[in-house]
Amino acid sequence: MPPVRVLTVEGATVTFGGRRVLDGVSFSVEAGEFVGLIGANGAGKTTLFRVVLGLLKPSAGTVRHLGRRVGYVPQKVAIEPDAPLRARDLVALGLDGERFGVRLPSRSRRERVDRMLEAVGAAAFADARVGTLSGGEQQRVLIAHALVGQPSLLVMDEPLANLDIKSGHEIVELVARLAVEQDLAVLLSAHEMNAILPHMDRVVYLAEGRAVSGTTGEVIRSDVLSELYRYPVKVLDVDGTVVVVGGHDVKVR
Amino acid sequence: MTNAWLAGSLVAVVAGVVGFFVVLRGATFAAHGVPLASFAGAAGASVVGVPAVVGLAVFSPVAAVAIGLLGRRRRSDVVTALVVAAMLGLGALFLSWTVEYASEIYALLFGEVLGVTGTEVWLSAALTGAALLAVATLYRPLLLSSVAGEVAEARGVRTARLELLFLVLMAVVTTLAVPVVGTLLMFTLMVGPPAAARAFVRSPLAAMAASVGIALVTVWLAIALAYETTWPIGFFVGIAGAAWYVLARVVAARRR
Repeated sequence: MPPVRVLTVEGATVTFGGRRVLDGVSFSVEAGEFVGLIGANGAGKTTLFRVVLGLLKPSAGTVRHLGRRVGYVPQKVAIEPDAPLRARDLVALGLDGERFGVRLPSRSRRERVDRMLEAVGAAAFADARVGTLSGGEQQRVLIAHALVGQPSLLVMDEPLANLDIKSGHEIVELVARLAVEQDLAVLLSAHEMNAILPHMDRVVYLAEGRAVSGTTGEVIRSDVLSELYRYPVKVLDVDGTVVVVGGHDVKVR
Repeated sequence: MTNAWLAGSLVAVVAGVVGFFVVLRGATFAAHGVPLASFAGAAGASVVGVPAVVGLAVFSPVAAVAIGLLGRRRRSDVVTALVVAAMLGLGALFLSWTVEYASEIYALLFGEVLGVTGTEVWLSAALTGAALLAVATLYRPLLLSSVAGEVAEARGVRTARLELLFLVLMAVVTTLAVPVVGTLLMFTLMVGPPAAARAFVRSPLAAMAASVGIALVTVWLAIALAYETTWPIGFFVGIAGAAWYVLARVVAARRR
Protein backbone atom coordinates (compact mmCIF):
# COMPACT_ATOMS: atom_id res chain seq x y z
CA MET A 1 0.00 0.00 0.00
CA PRO A 2 1.54 3.33 -0.99
CA PRO A 3 1.95 5.85 1.84
CA VAL A 4 -0.78 8.47 2.25
CA ARG A 5 0.18 11.92 1.09
CA VAL A 6 -1.27 14.31 3.70
CA LEU A 7 -0.13 17.33 1.71
CA THR A 8 0.48 17.69 -2.00
CA VAL A 9 1.58 21.02 -3.47
CA GLU A 10 1.81 21.12 -7.23
CA GLY A 11 3.19 24.00 -9.26
CA ALA A 12 2.23 26.63 -6.68
CA THR A 13 2.93 30.09 -8.04
CA VAL A 14 2.43 33.34 -6.15
CA THR A 15 3.07 36.78 -7.61
CA PHE A 16 3.25 39.97 -5.54
CA GLY A 17 3.36 43.20 -7.51
CA GLY A 18 4.95 41.58 -10.56
CA ARG A 19 7.53 39.67 -8.49
CA ARG A 20 7.27 35.89 -8.42
CA VAL A 21 7.60 34.97 -4.76
CA LEU A 22 6.83 31.33 -5.48
CA ASP A 23 7.52 29.92 -8.91
CA GLY A 24 6.00 26.52 -9.60
CA VAL A 25 6.72 24.97 -6.20
CA SER A 26 5.96 21.26 -5.96
CA PHE A 27 6.47 18.89 -3.05
CA SER A 28 4.51 16.49 -0.92
CA VAL A 29 4.44 15.35 2.68
CA GLU A 30 3.58 11.75 3.50
CA ALA A 31 1.83 10.55 6.63
CA GLY A 32 4.21 10.42 9.59
CA GLU A 33 7.02 12.14 7.70
CA PHE A 34 9.24 14.86 9.21
CA VAL A 35 9.95 17.38 6.47
CA GLY A 36 12.25 20.38 6.86
CA LEU A 37 11.58 23.49 4.80
CA ILE A 38 14.96 25.15 4.40
CA GLY A 39 15.75 28.44 2.75
CA ALA A 40 17.44 31.79 3.25
CA ASN A 41 15.49 34.77 4.60
CA GLY A 42 13.16 36.08 1.92
CA ALA A 43 13.18 32.82 -0.04
CA GLY A 44 9.40 32.55 0.28
CA LYS A 45 9.03 30.19 3.27
CA THR A 46 6.35 32.30 4.94
CA THR A 47 4.46 32.73 1.66
CA LEU A 48 4.57 28.98 1.06
CA PHE A 49 3.16 28.40 4.56
CA ARG A 50 0.33 30.82 3.89
CA VAL A 51 -0.45 28.85 0.75
CA VAL A 52 -0.29 25.52 2.61
CA LEU A 53 -2.58 26.87 5.35
CA GLY A 54 -5.08 28.09 2.78
CA LEU A 55 -4.66 31.77 3.70
CA LEU A 56 -3.31 32.69 0.29
CA LYS A 57 -4.65 31.40 -2.98
CA PRO A 58 -1.86 30.70 -5.45
CA SER A 59 -2.26 32.31 -8.87
CA ALA A 60 -1.41 28.92 -10.38
CA GLY A 61 -1.03 25.42 -9.05
CA THR A 62 -2.89 23.36 -6.49
CA VAL A 63 -2.69 22.47 -2.80
CA ARG A 64 -4.35 19.26 -1.64
CA HIS A 65 -4.83 18.11 1.93
CA LEU A 66 -5.74 14.60 2.91
CA GLY A 67 -6.65 13.39 6.33
CA ARG A 68 -7.56 15.33 9.41
CA ARG A 69 -6.98 19.01 9.97
CA VAL A 70 -3.73 21.00 9.94
CA GLY A 71 -2.19 22.29 13.17
CA TYR A 72 -0.15 25.47 13.00
CA VAL A 73 2.55 26.78 15.34
CA PRO A 74 3.69 30.36 14.69
CA GLN A 75 7.24 31.52 15.25
CA LYS A 76 6.17 33.33 18.39
CA VAL A 77 3.20 35.04 19.95
CA ALA A 78 3.23 38.49 21.49
CA ILE A 79 1.28 38.06 24.73
CA GLU A 80 1.93 40.52 27.54
CA PRO A 81 3.00 39.10 30.90
CA ASP A 82 -0.18 40.24 32.67
CA ALA A 83 -2.67 39.12 30.01
CA PRO A 84 -5.23 36.92 31.79
CA LEU A 85 -4.67 33.80 29.72
CA ARG A 86 -3.28 30.62 31.25
CA ALA A 87 -1.44 27.98 29.27
CA ARG A 88 -4.47 25.71 29.64
CA ASP A 89 -6.77 28.42 28.23
CA LEU A 90 -4.69 28.64 25.07
CA VAL A 91 -4.63 24.85 24.70
CA ALA A 92 -8.41 24.66 25.21
CA LEU A 93 -8.79 27.14 22.32
CA GLY A 94 -7.02 24.50 20.25
CA LEU A 95 -10.08 22.26 20.56
CA ASP A 96 -12.54 24.62 18.88
CA GLY A 97 -11.26 28.19 19.19
CA GLU A 98 -12.60 29.12 15.76
CA ARG A 99 -16.22 28.31 16.61
CA PHE A 100 -18.90 30.81 17.52
CA GLY A 101 -21.17 30.45 20.50
CA VAL A 102 -20.85 29.43 24.11
CA ARG A 103 -19.20 26.19 25.10
CA LEU A 104 -19.61 25.08 28.68
CA PRO A 105 -16.57 23.49 30.32
CA SER A 106 -16.79 19.74 30.55
CA ARG A 107 -14.77 17.04 32.19
CA SER A 108 -13.77 15.37 28.93
CA ARG A 109 -12.50 18.68 27.50
CA ARG A 110 -10.51 19.33 30.62
CA GLU A 111 -9.01 15.86 30.49
CA ARG A 112 -8.01 16.23 26.85
CA VAL A 113 -6.32 19.55 27.64
CA ASP A 114 -4.55 18.05 30.67
CA ARG A 115 -3.34 15.06 28.66
CA MET A 116 -2.00 17.33 25.93
CA LEU A 117 -0.23 19.61 28.42
CA GLU A 118 1.30 16.50 29.95
CA ALA A 119 2.41 15.20 26.54
CA VAL A 120 4.34 18.38 25.70
CA GLY A 121 5.85 18.67 29.17
CA ALA A 122 3.84 21.75 30.07
CA ALA A 123 1.86 20.35 33.01
CA ALA A 124 4.04 22.19 35.50
CA PHE A 125 3.08 25.59 34.12
CA ALA A 126 -0.46 24.79 32.96
CA ASP A 127 -1.95 27.43 35.25
CA ALA A 128 0.66 30.12 34.67
CA ARG A 129 -0.06 33.13 32.46
CA VAL A 130 1.22 32.40 28.93
CA GLY A 131 2.89 35.83 28.78
CA THR A 132 5.12 35.06 31.76
CA LEU A 133 6.54 31.85 30.24
CA SER A 134 9.93 31.57 28.55
CA GLY A 135 10.23 31.19 24.76
CA GLY A 136 10.69 27.43 25.00
CA GLU A 137 7.75 27.03 27.38
CA GLN A 138 5.50 29.14 25.14
CA GLN A 139 6.55 26.99 22.19
CA ARG A 140 5.43 23.88 24.08
CA VAL A 141 2.07 25.46 24.85
CA LEU A 142 1.62 26.47 21.20
CA ILE A 143 2.44 22.93 20.10
CA ALA A 144 -0.16 21.61 22.56
CA HIS A 145 -2.68 24.12 21.14
CA ALA A 146 -1.96 22.90 17.61
CA LEU A 147 -2.04 19.19 18.46
CA VAL A 148 -4.97 18.93 20.86
CA GLY A 149 -7.37 18.83 17.89
CA GLN A 150 -5.45 15.79 16.55
CA PRO A 151 -4.32 17.09 13.18
CA SER A 152 -2.62 14.86 10.64
CA LEU A 153 -0.14 17.59 9.67
CA LEU A 154 1.72 19.98 11.96
CA VAL A 155 3.10 23.11 10.32
CA MET A 156 5.74 25.01 12.29
CA ASP A 157 7.13 28.37 11.22
CA GLU A 158 10.76 28.78 12.34
CA PRO A 159 10.15 27.20 15.76
CA LEU A 160 13.83 27.48 16.66
CA ALA A 161 14.37 31.12 15.70
CA ASN A 162 13.86 32.48 19.20
CA LEU A 163 15.23 29.60 21.24
CA ASP A 164 18.64 28.84 22.69
CA ILE A 165 20.43 25.65 21.58
CA LYS A 166 19.17 23.50 24.46
CA SER A 167 15.51 24.58 24.20
CA GLY A 168 15.70 24.23 20.42
CA HIS A 169 16.91 20.64 20.59
CA GLU A 170 14.31 19.81 23.22
CA ILE A 171 11.52 21.19 21.06
CA VAL A 172 12.67 19.25 17.99
CA GLU A 173 12.95 16.03 19.99
CA LEU A 174 9.50 16.63 21.46
CA VAL A 175 7.96 17.15 18.03
CA ALA A 176 9.73 14.10 16.59
CA ARG A 177 8.46 11.97 19.48
CA LEU A 178 4.88 13.31 19.20
CA ALA A 179 4.96 12.71 15.46
CA VAL A 180 5.53 9.02 16.07
CA GLU A 181 3.07 8.80 18.96
CA GLN A 182 0.25 10.68 17.22
CA ASP A 183 0.82 9.47 13.65
CA LEU A 184 1.60 13.02 12.64
CA ALA A 185 3.40 14.50 9.66
CA VAL A 186 5.54 17.56 10.38
CA LEU A 187 6.45 20.40 8.05
CA LEU A 188 8.90 22.65 9.83
CA SER A 189 10.77 25.65 8.46
CA ALA A 190 14.23 26.61 9.64
CA HIS A 191 17.26 28.47 8.42
CA GLU A 192 19.45 26.83 11.06
CA MET A 193 19.14 23.15 10.25
CA ASN A 194 21.53 21.38 12.64
CA ALA A 195 18.95 20.77 15.34
CA ILE A 196 16.49 19.13 12.94
CA LEU A 197 18.97 17.03 10.92
CA PRO A 198 18.78 13.89 13.10
CA HIS A 199 14.97 13.71 12.75
CA MET A 200 14.41 15.00 9.25
CA ASP A 201 13.22 12.45 6.67
CA ARG A 202 13.06 14.84 3.79
CA VAL A 203 14.12 18.35 2.86
CA VAL A 204 12.32 20.93 0.79
CA TYR A 205 14.83 23.58 -0.13
CA LEU A 206 13.46 26.91 -1.25
CA ALA A 207 15.56 29.48 -3.10
CA GLU A 208 14.37 32.46 -5.15
CA GLY A 209 10.86 31.05 -5.22
CA ARG A 210 11.83 27.62 -6.54
CA ALA A 211 11.85 24.41 -4.54
CA VAL A 212 14.10 21.39 -4.61
CA SER A 213 12.87 18.38 -2.70
CA GLY A 214 14.76 15.25 -1.73
CA THR A 215 15.64 12.89 1.04
CA THR A 216 17.95 14.23 3.71
CA GLY A 217 20.80 12.10 2.33
CA GLU A 218 20.35 13.55 -1.17
CA VAL A 219 20.22 17.22 -0.20
CA ILE A 220 22.35 17.56 2.93
CA ARG A 221 25.68 17.27 1.13
CA SER A 222 28.43 19.84 0.80
CA ASP A 223 28.20 20.05 -3.00
CA VAL A 224 24.39 20.22 -3.17
CA LEU A 225 24.02 22.81 -0.39
CA SER A 226 26.87 24.99 -1.69
CA GLU A 227 25.19 24.99 -5.09
CA LEU A 228 21.77 25.82 -3.59
CA TYR A 229 23.03 28.61 -1.30
CA ARG A 230 25.57 29.84 -3.89
CA TYR A 231 27.94 30.06 -0.98
CA PRO A 232 30.47 27.59 0.46
CA VAL A 233 28.65 25.23 2.80
CA LYS A 234 30.18 22.13 4.36
CA VAL A 235 28.43 19.10 5.78
CA LEU A 236 30.62 17.62 8.50
CA ASP A 237 30.52 14.58 10.70
CA VAL A 238 31.39 15.60 14.24
CA ASP A 239 31.60 12.60 16.56
CA GLY A 240 28.79 10.89 14.68
CA THR A 241 26.56 13.99 14.47
CA VAL A 242 26.06 15.61 11.09
CA VAL A 243 26.44 19.39 11.18
CA VAL A 244 26.15 22.02 8.49
CA VAL A 245 28.44 25.04 8.56
CA GLY A 246 28.92 27.85 6.11
CA GLY A 247 31.75 30.21 5.21
CA HIS A 248 34.95 30.46 3.19
CA ASP A 249 37.18 29.82 6.16
CA VAL A 250 35.70 26.48 7.21
CA LYS A 251 38.54 24.00 7.54
CA VAL A 252 38.15 20.39 8.51
CA ARG A 253 40.83 19.41 10.97
CA MET B 1 -32.49 58.18 41.24
CA THR B 2 -33.44 54.52 40.61
CA ASN B 3 -33.01 55.16 36.91
CA ALA B 4 -29.50 56.47 37.51
CA TRP B 5 -28.54 53.33 39.41
CA LEU B 6 -30.01 51.05 36.75
CA ALA B 7 -28.47 52.88 33.80
CA GLY B 8 -25.13 53.14 35.55
CA SER B 9 -25.12 49.44 36.39
CA LEU B 10 -25.94 48.41 32.82
CA VAL B 11 -23.13 50.60 31.50
CA ALA B 12 -20.72 49.09 34.02
CA VAL B 13 -21.60 45.52 33.05
CA VAL B 14 -21.23 46.04 29.33
CA ALA B 15 -18.12 48.24 29.62
CA GLY B 16 -16.51 45.66 31.91
CA VAL B 17 -17.15 42.82 29.46
CA VAL B 18 -16.27 44.62 26.23
CA GLY B 19 -13.39 46.39 27.99
CA PHE B 20 -11.80 43.01 28.73
CA PHE B 21 -11.28 42.60 24.98
CA VAL B 22 -10.36 46.26 24.47
CA VAL B 23 -7.40 45.88 26.82
CA LEU B 24 -6.48 42.40 25.59
CA ARG B 25 -6.42 43.57 21.96
CA GLY B 26 -4.57 46.78 22.77
CA ALA B 27 -7.48 48.75 21.33
CA THR B 28 -7.64 51.46 23.99
CA PHE B 29 -7.04 54.23 21.49
CA ALA B 30 -10.01 53.11 19.40
CA ALA B 31 -12.04 52.80 22.63
CA HIS B 32 -11.26 56.46 23.24
CA GLY B 33 -11.71 57.46 19.62
CA VAL B 34 -15.15 56.01 18.93
CA PRO B 35 -16.89 57.85 21.82
CA LEU B 36 -15.05 61.08 21.02
CA ALA B 37 -16.08 60.86 17.39
CA SER B 38 -19.65 60.14 18.43
CA PHE B 39 -19.73 63.60 20.02
CA ALA B 40 -20.39 64.97 16.54
CA GLY B 41 -23.51 62.79 16.41
CA ALA B 42 -24.82 64.08 19.71
CA ALA B 43 -24.16 67.67 18.67
CA GLY B 44 -25.79 67.03 15.29
CA ALA B 45 -28.84 65.56 17.00
CA SER B 46 -29.37 68.77 18.92
CA VAL B 47 -29.20 70.76 15.66
CA VAL B 48 -32.03 68.78 14.09
CA GLY B 49 -33.90 68.49 17.39
CA VAL B 50 -33.80 64.73 18.06
CA PRO B 51 -32.54 63.05 21.26
CA ALA B 52 -28.76 62.89 21.59
CA VAL B 53 -28.84 59.11 21.72
CA VAL B 54 -30.13 58.99 18.13
CA GLY B 55 -27.10 60.97 16.98
CA LEU B 56 -24.83 58.68 18.96
CA ALA B 57 -26.44 55.59 17.49
CA VAL B 58 -25.78 56.90 13.97
CA PHE B 59 -22.33 58.43 14.35
CA SER B 60 -20.55 55.92 16.58
CA PRO B 61 -20.94 52.98 14.18
CA VAL B 62 -19.91 55.24 11.29
CA ALA B 63 -16.75 56.20 13.19
CA ALA B 64 -16.09 52.58 14.17
CA VAL B 65 -16.46 51.27 10.63
CA ALA B 66 -14.32 54.11 9.25
CA ILE B 67 -11.56 53.30 11.74
CA GLY B 68 -11.85 49.60 10.95
CA LEU B 69 -11.89 49.81 7.17
CA LEU B 70 -9.37 52.62 6.70
CA GLY B 71 -6.99 51.15 9.27
CA ARG B 72 -6.76 47.74 7.64
CA ARG B 73 -3.74 48.31 5.46
CA ARG B 74 -2.38 51.43 7.07
CA ARG B 75 -1.24 52.54 10.48
CA SER B 76 -4.43 52.12 12.47
CA ASP B 77 -3.42 54.62 15.18
CA VAL B 78 -2.96 57.36 12.58
CA VAL B 79 -6.29 56.51 10.94
CA THR B 80 -8.05 56.49 14.32
CA ALA B 81 -6.61 59.90 15.18
CA LEU B 82 -7.66 61.41 11.85
CA VAL B 83 -11.19 59.98 11.99
CA VAL B 84 -11.57 61.41 15.50
CA ALA B 85 -10.16 64.78 14.42
CA ALA B 86 -12.53 65.01 11.46
CA MET B 87 -15.53 64.06 13.58
CA LEU B 88 -14.64 66.50 16.36
CA GLY B 89 -14.31 69.24 13.77
CA LEU B 90 -17.78 68.38 12.53
CA GLY B 91 -18.99 68.40 16.14
CA ALA B 92 -17.60 71.90 16.63
CA LEU B 93 -19.50 73.11 13.58
CA PHE B 94 -22.76 71.50 14.74
CA LEU B 95 -22.34 73.06 18.17
CA SER B 96 -21.99 76.53 16.65
CA TRP B 97 -25.40 76.03 15.00
CA THR B 98 -27.25 74.96 18.12
CA VAL B 99 -28.95 77.03 20.76
CA GLU B 100 -28.35 74.40 23.47
CA TYR B 101 -27.37 75.56 26.88
CA ALA B 102 -23.78 75.08 27.88
CA SER B 103 -24.85 72.70 30.64
CA GLU B 104 -26.21 70.21 28.12
CA ILE B 105 -22.97 70.22 26.16
CA TYR B 106 -21.17 69.76 29.42
CA ALA B 107 -23.39 66.76 30.18
CA LEU B 108 -22.49 65.23 26.82
CA LEU B 109 -18.80 65.56 27.52
CA PHE B 110 -18.81 64.52 31.15
CA GLY B 111 -22.06 62.61 31.58
CA GLU B 112 -25.29 63.29 33.41
CA VAL B 113 -26.35 60.09 35.04
CA LEU B 114 -28.86 61.72 37.38
CA GLY B 115 -30.96 62.89 34.44
CA VAL B 116 -31.55 59.44 32.92
CA THR B 117 -35.22 58.74 32.08
CA GLY B 118 -37.16 55.47 32.32
CA THR B 119 -37.26 55.08 28.52
CA GLU B 120 -33.52 55.47 28.36
CA VAL B 121 -33.09 52.72 30.92
CA TRP B 122 -35.17 50.35 28.80
CA LEU B 123 -33.17 51.24 25.73
CA SER B 124 -29.96 50.68 27.70
CA ALA B 125 -31.18 47.28 28.85
CA ALA B 126 -31.95 46.22 25.29
CA LEU B 127 -28.56 47.36 24.01
CA THR B 128 -26.80 45.71 26.95
CA GLY B 129 -28.55 42.45 26.16
CA ALA B 130 -27.56 42.70 22.49
CA ALA B 131 -23.95 43.50 23.33
CA LEU B 132 -23.64 40.62 25.81
CA LEU B 133 -25.20 38.23 23.32
CA ALA B 134 -22.69 39.38 20.70
CA VAL B 135 -19.75 38.84 23.06
CA ALA B 136 -21.01 35.37 23.98
CA THR B 137 -21.31 34.49 20.30
CA LEU B 138 -17.90 35.83 19.31
CA TYR B 139 -16.12 34.82 22.52
CA ARG B 140 -13.78 32.05 21.38
CA PRO B 141 -12.65 33.39 17.98
CA LEU B 142 -12.33 36.89 19.47
CA LEU B 143 -10.21 35.61 22.35
CA LEU B 144 -7.97 33.58 20.06
CA SER B 145 -7.53 36.36 17.51
CA SER B 146 -6.77 38.83 20.32
CA VAL B 147 -3.85 36.82 21.67
CA ALA B 148 -2.59 34.95 18.58
CA GLY B 149 -3.91 36.47 15.37
CA GLU B 150 -1.82 34.30 13.06
CA VAL B 151 -2.97 31.10 14.76
CA ALA B 152 -6.60 32.22 14.61
CA GLU B 153 -6.25 32.93 10.90
CA ALA B 154 -4.70 29.51 10.30
CA ARG B 155 -7.76 27.97 11.99
CA GLY B 156 -10.02 29.77 9.56
CA VAL B 157 -11.06 32.72 11.70
CA ARG B 158 -11.73 35.77 9.53
CA THR B 159 -9.73 38.13 11.70
CA ALA B 160 -10.31 41.31 9.67
CA ARG B 161 -14.07 40.81 9.74
CA LEU B 162 -13.93 40.05 13.45
CA GLU B 163 -11.99 43.27 14.09
CA LEU B 164 -14.72 45.22 12.31
CA LEU B 165 -17.47 43.49 14.30
CA PHE B 166 -15.61 44.29 17.49
CA LEU B 167 -15.40 47.98 16.57
CA VAL B 168 -19.14 48.00 15.91
CA LEU B 169 -19.61 46.42 19.32
CA MET B 170 -17.61 49.29 20.80
CA ALA B 171 -19.96 51.67 18.99
CA VAL B 172 -22.95 49.98 20.65
CA VAL B 173 -21.32 50.36 24.05
CA THR B 174 -20.63 54.00 23.21
CA THR B 175 -24.25 54.70 22.37
CA LEU B 176 -25.23 53.09 25.63
CA ALA B 177 -22.71 54.72 27.89
CA VAL B 178 -22.14 58.23 26.58
CA PRO B 179 -25.42 59.67 27.94
CA VAL B 180 -24.44 58.33 31.36
CA VAL B 181 -20.72 58.98 31.69
CA GLY B 182 -20.07 61.32 28.75
CA THR B 183 -17.81 61.08 25.70
CA LEU B 184 -14.61 62.08 27.47
CA LEU B 185 -14.92 59.57 30.30
CA MET B 186 -16.48 56.69 28.47
CA PHE B 187 -13.18 54.93 27.86
CA THR B 188 -12.22 55.24 31.52
CA LEU B 189 -14.78 52.52 32.21
CA MET B 190 -13.71 50.43 29.24
CA VAL B 191 -10.03 50.53 30.20
CA GLY B 192 -9.61 51.10 33.94
CA PRO B 193 -11.59 48.14 35.37
CA PRO B 194 -10.41 45.49 32.86
CA ALA B 195 -6.80 46.64 33.13
CA ALA B 196 -6.98 46.45 36.91
CA ALA B 197 -8.77 43.07 36.85
CA ARG B 198 -5.77 41.46 35.15
CA ALA B 199 -3.68 41.88 38.27
CA PHE B 200 -6.09 39.90 40.43
CA VAL B 201 -7.00 36.86 38.33
CA ARG B 202 -5.40 34.68 35.68
CA SER B 203 -8.13 33.20 33.48
CA PRO B 204 -10.11 35.06 30.80
CA LEU B 205 -13.57 34.45 32.27
CA ALA B 206 -12.46 35.34 35.78
CA ALA B 207 -10.84 38.52 34.43
CA MET B 208 -14.08 39.44 32.68
CA ALA B 209 -16.08 38.88 35.86
CA ALA B 210 -13.59 40.86 37.95
CA SER B 211 -13.67 43.63 35.37
CA VAL B 212 -17.47 43.84 35.61
CA GLY B 213 -17.27 43.82 39.41
CA ILE B 214 -14.75 46.66 39.50
CA ALA B 215 -16.75 48.67 36.94
CA LEU B 216 -19.93 48.23 39.00
CA VAL B 217 -18.29 49.36 42.23
CA THR B 218 -16.78 52.33 40.38
CA VAL B 219 -20.10 53.44 38.94
CA TRP B 220 -22.04 52.90 42.18
CA LEU B 221 -19.45 54.83 44.18
CA ALA B 222 -19.36 57.61 41.60
CA ILE B 223 -23.17 57.97 41.55
CA ALA B 224 -23.38 58.01 45.35
CA LEU B 225 -20.56 60.52 45.71
CA ALA B 226 -21.85 62.73 42.89
CA TYR B 227 -25.26 62.78 44.60
CA GLU B 228 -23.78 63.63 48.00
CA THR B 229 -21.28 66.23 46.90
CA THR B 230 -22.90 67.64 43.71
CA TRP B 231 -19.47 67.32 42.11
CA PRO B 232 -19.61 65.94 38.55
CA ILE B 233 -19.90 62.16 38.28
CA GLY B 234 -17.16 62.24 35.65
CA PHE B 235 -14.69 63.39 38.26
CA PHE B 236 -15.32 60.32 40.38
CA VAL B 237 -15.39 57.86 37.47
CA GLY B 238 -12.16 59.23 36.02
CA ILE B 239 -10.28 59.27 39.30
CA ALA B 240 -11.56 55.83 40.29
CA GLY B 241 -10.53 54.33 36.94
CA ALA B 242 -6.96 55.45 37.43
CA ALA B 243 -6.97 54.58 41.15
CA TRP B 244 -8.02 50.98 40.47
CA TYR B 245 -5.17 50.61 38.08
CA VAL B 246 -2.62 51.97 40.58
CA LEU B 247 -3.99 49.58 43.21
CA ALA B 248 -3.69 46.68 40.74
CA ARG B 249 -0.07 47.55 39.96
CA VAL B 250 0.74 47.61 43.65
CA VAL B 251 -0.90 44.20 44.10
CA ALA B 252 0.97 42.80 41.09
CA ALA B 253 4.29 44.21 42.30
CA ARG B 254 3.86 42.72 45.79
CA ARG B 255 3.10 39.30 44.32
CA ARG B 256 6.36 39.15 42.38
